[in-house]
Amino acid sequence: MLQLNNIEVVYSNVILVLTGVSLKVSDGAIITLLGANGAGKSTTLKSISGLLYTELGEVTDGSITFDGARIDHMKAEDIYRMGIVQVIEGRLVFEHLTAEENLRVAAQGKQPAANIKRNIEMVFEYFPRLKDLRRRTSGFLSGGEQQMMVIGSALMSMPKLILLDEPSLGLAPLLVMEIFEIIRRISKEEKVSMLLVEQNARAALDLAEYGYVMENGRIVLDGPSGSLKENEDIKEFYLGLSELGKEKSYKDVKHYKRRKRWLG
Amino acid sequence: MQTFLQFSLNGLGVGSIYALMSLSIVLIYKSTKVFNFATGQMMMVGAFICWSLIEWNVPMWVSLPLVLGASYLLGLVVERLVMRPLIGQPLIGAMLATLVLGELLHGLGMLSWGGWQRKFATPIFPLAKLEIGGAYLSGAFIGALIVSVIIFIVAAFLYQRTHIGLSMRATAESHMLAQSKGIRVHTIFALTWAVSAIVCSLAGIILSDVLALGITESAGVVYKAFPAILLGGLESILGALVGGLVIGLAENIAGGYISPLFAQIVPYIVLLIILVIRPEGIWGLKRIERI
Repeated sequence: MLQLNNIEVVYSNVILVLTGVSLKVSDGAIITLLGANGAGKSTTLKSISGLLYTELGEVTDGSITFDGARIDHMKAEDIYRMGIVQVIEGRLVFEHLTAEENLRVAAQGKQPAANIKRNIEMVFEYFPRLKDLRRRTSGFLSGGEQQMMVIGSALMSMPKLILLDEPSLGLAPLLVMEIFEIIRRISKEEKVSMLLVEQNARAALDLAEYGYVMENGRIVLDGPSGSLKENEDIKEFYLGLSELGKEKSYKDVKHYKRRKRWLG
Repeated sequence: MQTFLQFSLNGLGVGSIYALMSLSIVLIYKSTKVFNFATGQMMMVGAFICWSLIEWNVPMWVSLPLVLGASYLLGLVVERLVMRPLIGQPLIGAMLATLVLGELLHGLGMLSWGGWQRKFATPIFPLAKLEIGGAYLSGAFIGALIVSVIIFIVAAFLYQRTHIGLSMRATAESHMLAQSKGIRVHTIFALTWAVSAIVCSLAGIILSDVLALGITESAGVVYKAFPAILLGGLESILGALVGGLVIGLAENIAGGYISPLFAQIVPYIVLLIILVIRPEGIWGLKRIERI
């Protein structure tokens, strides 16, 4: 459904941030994109959603296709209407609008009023807590509630693909599990594909069926989640386990002894 | 008591025009965070186009829609040519651009209509004056009040009840976030400028009946709207209405009892007091910040 073909992204005409990134998201799949800070994960998402252009970035090479159409030079608003929604990192909300208005405003494009109403009910079904908070100013909601609202509002335009940028950021572990479970349900029940960017590699690999690992603006490793979880390097650098599968002790953390097998 | 009533009625009448001017500025500020310093000049252009049409014997009921249509276009053109290239640049650039735009319109106005004052051949509102407890509310003021009330109801409805109004409020908070929700930010900006220009022109036309119609004079009145906006709060439609009326009242009552010269500075005294005790105005948005 979504295919990135060897794309290259340059910020303000000089800063090369992505080189030769290719990935594929098929219908209804949950795909995860792992990597350290600054690896280019968010940039990859922004180049798909078109938000790259407001930040003076540009896809200079390669192509992005969605359902057979080239989208790599389309406007963000039009990409949104085609069914790709990006949930921006850091749970940004319209602080002065109420929770319900935050959902309502995400229903852009031509939608009958009954549709909007039905979608709001659907969001409340996934996140029952939001229903009690619908009239509250969203700036005063807690972090977890805001994250629920942000994910919920992504459903308002009935998208085919949701790009999730670090939904677990700054949330308590239990809440992360709850939210990930809901993401799984949404993907299954609404038949929405998800491209999930995460720091929490363990949770992400449990949720996704296929994963990509990025480093320095390149994809260095990819494979089904099961085999990624077994990969020595992933275990060492992302899951924090030693070769024996035990928790690592401080004594073992000597970077010069253990090097990644891929070329970063 | 009767004199007090008379001053108050005049104050409300003038205040309703200030309120319209404030609304025009508030609308743009709400969506784009740009303070439009060219409001006065846009007002003047609207009023003068109307005056010219009337001079060419176009009846009022035809020329008014024409003027509003022209203002709508003026708003769109200003947004497209002046504001859009500045999106993403620091706000100060956009604000200075509105200052320049004001001067430009002022110059164009001078070239087209000359610098002397005019008067509409017939009053805009053919209404009889109203007697309230021995004081009189003139026909022009009655018209001004009615028009303002209608415009404010429409604006409040637009912002609170419609989807496009909701998109406008969302855009005001964060352009980037709005774009990620599929809002066509450029369209919202253009629409805001167009609507604001219409409100502007209406204020200018009504004003010409009450005060005067001159290139410099019409534009100069807008400075009275600044204290009104700050009093009510920069983002608040209700604030624009209340602020406008309060400034109108304060000006007329102080002018009547103390001295007409003093009336000139009353709005700015109010402005200073607000800035000291409540800088965000009565209904202005407070920044929500959690630490």
